[in-house]
Amino acid sequence: MARIDLDLAHSYLSDPKQDSDYALLPLQMSFVDGGAYALLGPSGCGKTTLLNIISGLVRPSQGAVRFDGADMTARSPQERNIAQVFQFPVVYDTMTVADNLAFPLRNRGVAPDRIKTRVGRIAEMLELSGQLNQRAAHLAADAKQKISLGRGLVREDVSAVLFDEPLTVIDPHLKWQLRRKLKEIHHELKLTLIYVTHDQVEALTFADQVVVMTRGQAVQIGTAAELFERPRHRFVGHFIGSPGMNFIPARWREGAIEVAGHRLPIAPALAERLSAAGEFMLGIRPEYVTQTEAGASGALPVEVSQVQDIGTYWLLAARAGETVLRARLNLASAAPDVGATVWLKVLGPHSCFYGGDQQLIAAGVEPEQPGASA
Amino acid sequence: MKPINQKAWWLVLPVFICVAFSAVLPLMTVVNYSVQDIISPDRRVFVGTEWFAAVMRDEELHSALWRQLTFSLAVLAVEIPLGIALALSMPARGWQASAALVLVALSLLIPWNVVGTIWQIYGRADIGLLGAALAWLGVDYSYTGDATDAWITVLVMDVWHWTPLVALLCYAGLRSIPDAYYQAARIDGASRFAVFRYIQLPKMRGVLMIAVLLRFMDSFMIYTEPFVLTGGGPGNATTFLSQYLTQKAVGQFDLGPAAAFSLIYFLIILLLCFILYNWMQRVGTADPEGASHE
Repeated sequence: MARIDLDLAHSYLSDPKQDSDYALLPLQMSFVDGGAYALLGPSGCGKTTLLNIISGLVRPSQGAVRFDGADMTARSPQERNIAQVFQFPVVYDTMTVADNLAFPLRNRGVAPDRIKTRVGRIAEMLELSGQLNQRAAHLAADAKQKISLGRGLVREDVSAVLFDEPLTVIDPHLKWQLRRKLKEIHHELKLTLIYVTHDQVEALTFADQVVVMTRGQAVQIGTAAELFERPRHRFVGHFIGSPGMNFIPARWREGAIEVAGHRLPIAPALAERLSAAGEFMLGIRPEYVTQTEAGASGALPVEVSQVQDIGTYWLLAARAGETVLRARLNLASAAPDVGATVWLKVLGPHSCFYGGDQQLIAAGVEPEQPGASA
Repeated sequence: MKPINQKAWWLVLPVFICVAFSAVLPLMTVVNYSVQDIISPDRRVFVGTEWFAAVMRDEELHSALWRQLTFSLAVLAVEIPLGIALALSMPARGWQASAALVLVALSLLIPWNVVGTIWQIYGRADIGLLGAALAWLGVDYSYTGDATDAWITVLVMDVWHWTPLVALLCYAGLRSIPDAYYQAARIDGASRFAVFRYIQLPKMRGVLMIAVLLRFMDSFMIYTEPFVLTGGGPGNATTFLSQYLTQKAVGQFDLGPAAAFSLIYFLIILLLCFILYNWMQRVGTADPEGASHE
């Protein structure tokens, strides 16, 4: 087990010229020993590349990978003592389940009786005990993926276990079960786990710390709550949450902000920063948009364009000027009619402000007008 | 209930006619010959299984069959491992891969009688590169005079001609293995041999099966190349089954025994292919012994 420090950039091209030539833009990151991490982002954002760099399958074109301070950049996966589980199940077809699980140990010359106990333990954890003597080739996809997981977990002295979207091929109900299993295993074995996924639910439930990535860049590292409440980058707001954060163009005008042609007074603590920014984006999660009476403070009049019953809430889409605003409204309240004008409160403790893609104001500042508590 | 539409038969008809004319009718003709004695174009006698009995007792045929079996097994024993080795050493990507593919496929493009001619000249002690080189080295080599030399020359020629087919099939099999397998093997700390034994070989099983069957059938029916190279000699050293059969049917006009033997020949190939196929199906897929008892 080890602390992993990254300070690197990577391009698959031999002569990268611009940012888009890089699979990973320069980044610095640390993974603490025994932590559970998730790398979250859409396809092609560089998360698998990052994982392969940590495991040693890919050598970064610039920078270094350190394990407990020792430079591992040029070392092989075996020397790094890393375990990795891939998106699609990799099993050795001609071997039995038990031999598959034992393979990483045998290759390292572990004593036979030690192998037997480890394989038995892992098989029990993953509920494979009944199939140990079967040939792996005949198993279903989810059982095969359990074998892959088992091979990743069978060594107890690994520096870290890396998962590359390991539950893609698994049925939804088993997904929950396996994810819970992984969490249990994490608590039990105290291994460093790094988990790549494009599924926010998977990332947020699995990991203590989530790294959100887009276009070769790690835009925010934080807990589930931090990512939800205070996205530091518009991509995070947009990517996390369902639906993602609303972004409404706004600008500073004569002591207040103007949103969709409507003036909203603002707390003085924010006024300076926002007046300096001039034009910016107001971000608010659909969960925090509430319906109010006409003319309420921090609220906008909007025209309802769509109302959907999602089962546990109304999903409202409404036009505020040029922007479509989404809100999750309580099912207990009556659904507004399509075409009607309603007032939605967009300014509150959960509002965020963005200049370009970056958050303008650090977390925790109350953005409402004077008089509201901070 | 579904409506029954008999019109579909018309769609099958062309294929049916093609197969009938290309396979079924010629085969039935052979069956016809095998049970009759054709004395002249308009005189024939039904002889039952007499030709079959005669062919079974034919000593010359027994030795030809034995020669043929030995040759085919030798072909498999050399070409399959060599083809795998060649495929493993071929570059996987880039222009080198294309160049290697073209180079390897070259011998497959040469007509069979030309292959025979090439080797006939190649092996000559006076003007052939191989023959002259061996003579210069002091090796007493003559494919026309020495039975072993002739047999080996035919084998080497076949290896030269057809190993590329095995290599190309294996190469295709190798390229279809997802990268994740190699990555997983690196993570698991597998040796180069373990990667071959547990990943590449099992994943090549399908194409290897095709390669083994093709090479077995083709080599078992080999005719043109030895015919051009050695004419079956010296003596009968390289007279394989096809050539023996042709001699009987065309040379001596013994249509009856030749037809009877053709059918036996066909059944032998079918049987051996069946055995090979089933054996290769079982290898590597059956549950390990003892598993069912636990």
